[in-house]
Amino acid sequence: MRRRVLWHVVCLALLAGLLYPVGWLVSASFKPAHEILSSLRLLPEQVIIGNYAEVFRGMAGVSVWRFLTNSMVVSVGSVIGNVVSCALAAYAFAWLRFRLRGLLFAFMIATIMLPIHVLLIPQYTIFHRMDMIDTFWPLVLPKILATDAFFVFLIVQFMRGLPRELGDAARIDGCGPVRTFAYVVLPLSKPALVTTAIFTFIWSWNDFLSQLIYLNTPENYTLPLALRLFIDQTSQTSYGAMMAMSVLTLVPIGLFFFAFQRLLVEGVSTTGLNG
Amino acid sequence: MQTIERSVAAPRTRAPQRVHRYGERPGIAYLFLSPWVVGALLLTLGPMLASLYLSFTDYDLFTTPSWVGWENYRTLFTDDPRFITAIWVTLRYVFISTPLKLAAALAVAILLNRASRAQGFYRSAFYAPSLLGASVAVALVWRVIFRDWVASPDYALLVVAALAVWQFGAPMVIFLAGLKQIPQELYDASAVDGAGWWRTFRSVTLPMLSPVIFFNLVLETIHAFQAFTGAFVISGGRGGPVDSTLFYTLYLYERGFSQFRMGYASAMAWILVLAIALVTAVLFRTSRMWVFYAGDEAR
Repeated sequence: MRRRVLWHVVCLALLAGLLYPVGWLVSASFKPAHEILSSLRLLPEQVIIGNYAEVFRGMAGVSVWRFLTNSMVVSVGSVIGNVVSCALAAYAFAWLRFRLRGLLFAFMIATIMLPIHVLLIPQYTIFHRMDMIDTFWPLVLPKILATDAFFVFLIVQFMRGLPRELGDAARIDGCGPVRTFAYVVLPLSKPALVTTAIFTFIWSWNDFLSQLIYLNTPENYTLPLALRLFIDQTSQTSYGAMMAMSVLTLVPIGLFFFAFQRLLVEGVSTTGLNG
Repeated sequence: MQTIERSVAAPRTRAPQRVHRYGERPGIAYLFLSPWVVGALLLTLGPMLASLYLSFTDYDLFTTPSWVGWENYRTLFTDDPRFITAIWVTLRYVFISTPLKLAAALAVAILLNRASRAQGFYRSAFYAPSLLGASVAVALVWRVIFRDWVASPDYALLVVAALAVWQFGAPMVIFLAGLKQIPQELYDASAVDGAGWWRTFRSVTLPMLSPVIFFNLVLETIHAFQAFTGAFVISGGRGGPVDSTLFYTLYLYERGFSQFRMGYASAMAWILVLAIALVTAVLFRTSRMWVFYAGDEAR
């Protein structure tokens, strides 16, 4: 009994220390700028909402709703593109037979750990030629084309585990590969698809490098890029708005976390998914 | 790859005994595969070859690339002190952040590995920073909280490393899954033999967990080499102060996308790929000495 209490005390103490910066951020977003810089205390001495008011007045002449919408478009577009294209490819790899399967599958696996930096410059050239710089296409199109090999692999693994007998039954009932996919394999793969969707959303939401490269007018900025504008501002007054905006950026991730924490953690522990 | 697959409790897959004989119409498979094939050719394989070619050219996006042979590589290693700095910064970061992150992950996983209804809650809560920490928002918080250290060339890198260590939740979750796979009988036998906590840890837990440790080590090392967001934000986008946080990827970004020296940046990208491949190969080599697979003793 004493040991169990001690265990809880240790866990909670560690957790409190670990999550302190997050708590401090939330509280700092309600503090006046001078207090943000002068103390690391958790509770504000003076609670103000002016920081949020300032954020909603916009940045660089652009409304914060615009940044939010842009981030949403990129993330939701990425989720839809990724889930659809990865599911299609995974079905072919896991359930269909075709001549180049071994070769293509090996290539797919080989690209899982490939650093994106080696693709960045030619991809940038391609999108530049297609006049897509400063649009969302360079961020979403790769997802529509299933370039995130990891997710293809994840769904392949899952689909391979589905009972073959169901496919046989579907075939006896006269289903071809298309209907077998639509009515049998896809519905049963829901857990893998949901995991893919959640992680794609969070990763696109947090993504910085590609958004930094491809988006360059403030109207097209996503939240991470808008936040980045604060890096260069050194005036003390901007700290309040910086904190408030940081909180706003993290809210969707927080909501996803609370809604799907079980799936997220299971996703990591069963597949080795790793942000 | 085999070891990795084995070490992670991937959803049980059985080898497909019979692949469906829809092969009568093989075209249909390519139809399903078509988005992926287009992406693989146009956005992966094509760009890989293109960047390899570009790494031997002078290229600024607007004019045709002109062939310069090994010039970019030669300049990088012999005539670009900032490139050498970037290598050292990145190596220091990898060697500091990865072991600390894994140690924290293992320690907390061991702490959490006991029968309790609260385990699920703690596991999720400790995992949360892994999701939040990759964001610009949290990196900004780091920049504000640790601003005195960020301003110092001696400590700025440690602040970036601390942000990485803070995200130990993901490897922790993987460790915890691995710990649950260790058969209880081994611990019972160890207790019967009178082994203390430390002895049990060294002789049962560590060897049984070594495949998972290896998996996390490889994954985290590869990630650490590519660290960008935290470094960019905390260093103010320029790798300062005095290049003390000039991460490899930061310098690559600067060369490629601020100065548009894209041939040069392509050479840097390929050096990064080769370096990561080399380190991974070395890790796999050494793994033979310390990674233990239950049931493999006969080998």
